[in-house]
Amino acid sequence: MSLKLVIRRLLFLVLVIWAASTIVFFIPRLSSRNALRERFGELARTGGFSPADLEKIIASMNRQFGLDRPLYEQYWTYLGNILHLDFGYSLYRYPTTVTELIAQSLPWTLGLLLVTTILSFIIGNLLGAVAAWPRAPHWLRAFATPFILLTGVPPVIMGILLLFFIGFRLKWLPLGGAYSVGVVPTWTWTFFFDLMRHQILPGLALILGSVGGWVLSMRGMGVTIQGEDYVNFAEHKGLTGGRIFRDYYLRNAMLPQVTGLALALGTMVTSAIIVEGLFGLPGIGTMLNLAIRANDFPTIYGIVLFITIAVAVLMTIVEFIYPLLDPRVRSS
Amino acid sequence: MNTILVQDPARPVEAVRLRAVGDGGPILRVNNLEVTYYTDSGRAKALDDVSFTLNSGEKLGMVGESGSGKSTLALAMMRMIKAPGRIEGGSVVVGGGDLMTLDAESMRKARLSRIAYIPQGAMNSLNPVTRIGAQMVDAVKSHLPREGRAAIEARCKRALQSVDLDPGVYRMYAHELSGGMKQRVCIAIGILLDPHVIIADEPTSALDVVTQRQVMETIDNVQKAINAAVILIGHDMGLMAQFVDKVAVMYAGRLVEVSTVREMFTDPKHPYSQALISSLPSLGNKGVFQGIPGLAPSLLRLPSGCAFHPRCASAMPHCTTIRPEPQVLPGGRRVTCHLYDGEA
Repeated sequence: MSLKLVIRRLLFLVLVIWAASTIVFFIPRLSSRNALRERFGELARTGGFSPADLEKIIASMNRQFGLDRPLYEQYWTYLGNILHLDFGYSLYRYPTTVTELIAQSLPWTLGLLLVTTILSFIIGNLLGAVAAWPRAPHWLRAFATPFILLTGVPPVIMGILLLFFIGFRLKWLPLGGAYSVGVVPTWTWTFFFDLMRHQILPGLALILGSVGGWVLSMRGMGVTIQGEDYVNFAEHKGLTGGRIFRDYYLRNAMLPQVTGLALALGTMVTSAIIVEGLFGLPGIGTMLNLAIRANDFPTIYGIVLFITIAVAVLMTIVEFIYPLLDPRVRSS
Repeated sequence: MNTILVQDPARPVEAVRLRAVGDGGPILRVNNLEVTYYTDSGRAKALDDVSFTLNSGEKLGMVGESGSGKSTLALAMMRMIKAPGRIEGGSVVVGGGDLMTLDAESMRKARLSRIAYIPQGAMNSLNPVTRIGAQMVDAVKSHLPREGRAAIEARCKRALQSVDLDPGVYRMYAHELSGGMKQRVCIAIGILLDPHVIIADEPTSALDVVTQRQVMETIDNVQKAINAAVILIGHDMGLMAQFVDKVAVMYAGRLVEVSTVREMFTDPKHPYSQALISSLPSLGNKGVFQGIPGLAPSLLRLPSGCAFHPRCASAMPHCTTIRPEPQVLPGGRRVTCHLYDGEA
């Protein structure tokens, strides 16, 4: 890949992040609600201070958050802050910063999301590849069908079904939370296993819901590739079935799937947000849920923007990996 | 078995680097090979009782219309007929052993090392995502697992050089090569393990005429160097005439005539061969070319008796009812036609 192309891609990444941050800045301002007024109004009702004091407090808070300045000034400050990943203070959990909130919840989401995305990508593509491979045993090829059917089930429904049957009825696995109540997170095996037990159901909900998509697209691709001349010629060369499958068939059928992975990252984040809420995991999704309910817009910005940047960066990385997989892209 | 052994007097014996083939008899004997495709609309006999032999160093041109069974023959010899097709019977004896009796793993090892197939490689026969070298190395490695890395690489580069390619092609990708170069790479892969028999399936289609000639000369040269028997499949009678020793004509899954090139062009025996030859343009013969009337028959609904009789100018009453059997004429030519019933 030429340097020019790398620079162009990086510029495009910056453009995407700018566009996303601008949209994220202006959308919550269109709402007529005021987070400060709601938060302190609540305090005023319970705390018993006068409406005049309330107005004073809100005015001073507005000054402190810069909300009294013109919108374009706020926008500039905001863009400047984003450059060093400073998303400001959470209104709802003041004085915690949004960056701190993200840092707290990120490992939970990242762990769940990375593991499930990678697992479902690998499982789905292998199953799909096998399903389209004429020399694979029939029972193995038939294995793909149930997963394709599961694609129609949204992750929420899948999560609820898993919770009901495996968690509630069979009581095999816990119903929610990141780890058992009363357990203190430590670097021990006991804690690790407790943690894993809580991750199985949400992970399963995400994997079962997304694996079928990979199976379906990979099988479609595989049907085309298995009839290609170079796969036939590989057999004429007397190669073993395994080598033809891996180096000639899978290697080529994988190419569009890698692009698909970049596209799927966004969807996976959305699913994770919903599933986290369902299973009560303290990840980014749950955090975003709370922030939306509290109209805590610095936190909303922060999280949405963070997710956008993360997905855009991951997509750019995938785009840089692609030429390593396909030499034809490298030279053009 | 009906076999014919035609020696080419034009080939000087010294040019042939002899290899141990036993008694010097035929290196390839195909006997009564039959292939049927079981389709939803019925059974189609794509190869019907096909027999022929080839000596080391001999080149056979296989011609016939599309659907006459040329490519099916190539695939059957490689034992690569896929469902719904099935090899129903016959034998393919290469250098003493019958390929049809081998188990799957032995057959895998026989491919490329005993019988090699050169595809129409100009378009799509090379893996687009790995280097040419890697595709040659894995071919060698799957047959000679104990050969060292350096020896394999040297062998591959030798093969590239023998098809007049720069050894640098070893490091290149398929999309960096021209159509002619890709075809040469396929030839180089075909000769990597010095096979006894090389089948080249329309190696020059999709190439321009100059490149066609170069590719044919390349096949000619490497074939001489390893003294393999070559089966050249194609439609181009003119190109064939310049390179092969014998011509076999296929029609509706049967071999209707096998003759030397000279005999085929000067005195074709089978009416279908005659029609093929008279349809060729030549410098002396200006005017209207004679096409062959009618269409190639569907294998699902073959005419009774001789499959060619509805299109045949010399058809006799019993051609419509009695199927002709292959017969060897005096002089060794082989024809499947009732016209020569008394002559065998």
